[in-house]
Amino acid sequence: MTALSMAQAINTALADALDEDDRVVVFGEDVGALGGVFRVTEGLTARFGESRCFDTPLAESGIVGMAVGMAMNGLRPVVEMQFDAFAYPAFEQIAGHVAKMRNRTRGAITLPMVIRIPYAGGIGGVEHHCDSSEAYYAHTPGLTVAAPATAADAYSMLREAVELPDPVIFLEPKRLYWSRQEVAPRARTRPFGEAAVRRAGRDATLIAYGPSVPVALEAAEAAAAEGRDLEVVDLRTIVPFDDATVTASVMKTGRAVVVAEAQGFAGVASEIAARVGERCFHALEAPVRRVTGLDIPYPPPKLEHHHLPNVDRVLDAVAALQWEDA
Amino acid sequence: MVVKPGSELLPTARPIQLIDENGDRATRPRSGGHTLPPADALLAAYRALVVGRRFDQQASSLVKQGRLAVYPSSHGQEASEVGAVLALRPTDWLFPTYRDSVALVTRGIDPVEVLTLLRGDWHCGYDPAAHRTAPQCTPLATQAPHAVGVGYAARAKGEDTVVLAFLGDGATSEGDFHEALNFAAVFRAPVVFFVQNNQYAISVPLDRQTAAPSLAHKAVGYGVPGVGVDGNDVAAVLAVVGRAAERARAGEGPTLIEAHTYRIEAHTNADDATRYRADGEVAAWLRRDPVERLTAHLRRTGALDDAGIAAVADEAERHAADLRDRLPAQTPPDPAELFAHVYAAPTPQLREQAARLAAEEN
Ligand SMILES: Cc1ncc(C[n+]2csc(CCOP(=O)(O)OP(=O)(O)O)c2C)c(N)n1
Ligand SMILES: [Mg+2]
Repeated sequence: MTALSMAQAINTALADALDEDDRVVVFGEDVGALGGVFRVTEGLTARFGESRCFDTPLAESGIVGMAVGMAMNGLRPVVEMQFDAFAYPAFEQIAGHVAKMRNRTRGAITLPMVIRIPYAGGIGGVEHHCDSSEAYYAHTPGLTVAAPATAADAYSMLREAVELPDPVIFLEPKRLYWSRQEVAPRARTRPFGEAAVRRAGRDATLIAYGPSVPVALEAAEAAAAEGRDLEVVDLRTIVPFDDATVTASVMKTGRAVVVAEAQGFAGVASEIAARVGERCFHALEAPVRRVTGLDIPYPPPKLEHHHLPNVDRVLDAVAALQWEDA
Repeated sequence: MVVKPGSELLPTARPIQLIDENGDRATRPRSGGHTLPPADALLAAYRALVVGRRFDQQASSLVKQGRLAVYPSSHGQEASEVGAVLALRPTDWLFPTYRDSVALVTRGIDPVEVLTLLRGDWHCGYDPAAHRTAPQCTPLATQAPHAVGVGYAARAKGEDTVVLAFLGDGATSEGDFHEALNFAAVFRAPVVFFVQNNQYAISVPLDRQTAAPSLAHKAVGYGVPGVGVDGNDVAAVLAVVGRAAERARAGEGPTLIEAHTYRIEAHTNADDATRYRADGEVAAWLRRDPVERLTAHLRRTGALDDAGIAAVADEAERHAADLRDRLPAQTPPDPAELFAHVYAAPTPQLREQAARLAAEEN
């Protein structure tokens, strides 16, 4: 086993996919000679050749649109959008075609393709480099939406995303690119659609995904020091959504806080809170709370810490869950 | 149905040049029938080039000192940045990108305000309406249709405003670039599309961007004249942008200008250009330096002497020192502003969140 950063784990997943399946092609902006602005595609062109990993003209709609055609005709494209907010020119292709091709053709045409998006904030990026855009995708039926929180999951989930018969929006939390973890060669963690209980606990459940999982875990450690035993559920995929694991956890603990970095209004956190409310109502000791980003455009670097969920805000939300001892 | 020939829309065989690499005057056919701007215009351009370059160097060292989050340098492109701005009237509009800080300084915007974005304090530090300069645009080519709209509105109001949109070579591949050209052509909007072809879009060279004979050739497909210009020759940039602006002002519609230049530094301080280009290439372009070229020319014509050079250098140094002095004194952004500018009136939810944040702060 070697300790890999999440960026290296994704790089390894791409290399293994290219190695094992001739149909896989990787392309996008600066993914060739440069190896991607985050070095996620480093060395792939050198190892597999220009026909398997290449730079395109600078046009996201063109990249995704061409990937649709390639997927229709036997290839398995894995494309990169350079940053979250630069995927928007491709939104027409994604919402209008990527998500709907199976449905429109009654399953005659499927699109096995992956759109990788370095996403969310916390790295001091200037505007348009820090958007949490998951809700746009999760709200679009037909898209599978994945957001790994660990290097091992990033490897495993990307391999699975490439193999899946349906298109996947693969959200890579930028600020976790450099976080390291032991990753066994070619190891799969668990299948899409299964959430992971990252920390077992009795008193309340923290539900998170992607960049917010480490925040939830840190908060759980801090809460433990104060005598509260929190469970942390990492969703791994937003779509499909693992109601079973989430519900079982909250039925056990009776309290829940959703932690998500995206602006809260009409977001994924709201969907999660609603589902828990519907399914666990009789077991809940308190209303489900959300700790999210503010309902504002992503702030400039010097103000982003005011926007992002942090341990204190999570602990405040936990403290508000109507404890008998309080 | 007769297809219009359109050949008059095509760029010249070689980019238009008025002063060559050695500082000598270029003649026909290189000059494309343009006349050299008068000495006072060239001296003003010289001053702006030197001040602009010094600003660029200062910003690059501020990044190294950790006082800016990031800086995309336009070292090597100053003649394009400066020439495009000085060819316009102060009442004309600019639509700059992240690359064009030197253009903003040339326009007279306070360098401290220019750097607000890159310092991480706010998304735009100057008043775009006051300076008739849109916020620096990062999503590539998306500002081009805005430029068309501003031009359209100006004409609707009976104003003779011209709008210049800065773009990179990479940005010409985006759909918005093409939509903007087409709209501008169809509505005869008074827009100058000014593409700085600095040969790279981060790591991607021009030949991966287009198979067209040149970027200026793209204009003909929209019924727009395309002009290639030596982007390291400020005299040629002044002349070519000047003529395009005149056309636009006279109601004759948009022009696409491709300024051939080179990005001497990496894409930004965060980029490593050695991964995708050879040092020899940079050295070759350094020999075509825009500042040295104009200096040589002005010395030769007697318009500039040692004392004149020293005076401009001093002025540039004073501006840089002033920037260094005033930058640390900037008050940090107020978190309350996060909620102040989202809507004309904050929503109830925003008011609630603002109160909660204020409580956290205390
Ligand atoms: C829509 C969009 N896609 C991707 C990016 C990321 N990006 C920033 S600059 C850049 C290269 C732009 O090259 P060019 O247009 O030639 O301008 P230059 O940086 O060379 O001035 C890229 C890909 C972006 N800003 N916007
Ligand atoms: Mg460029």
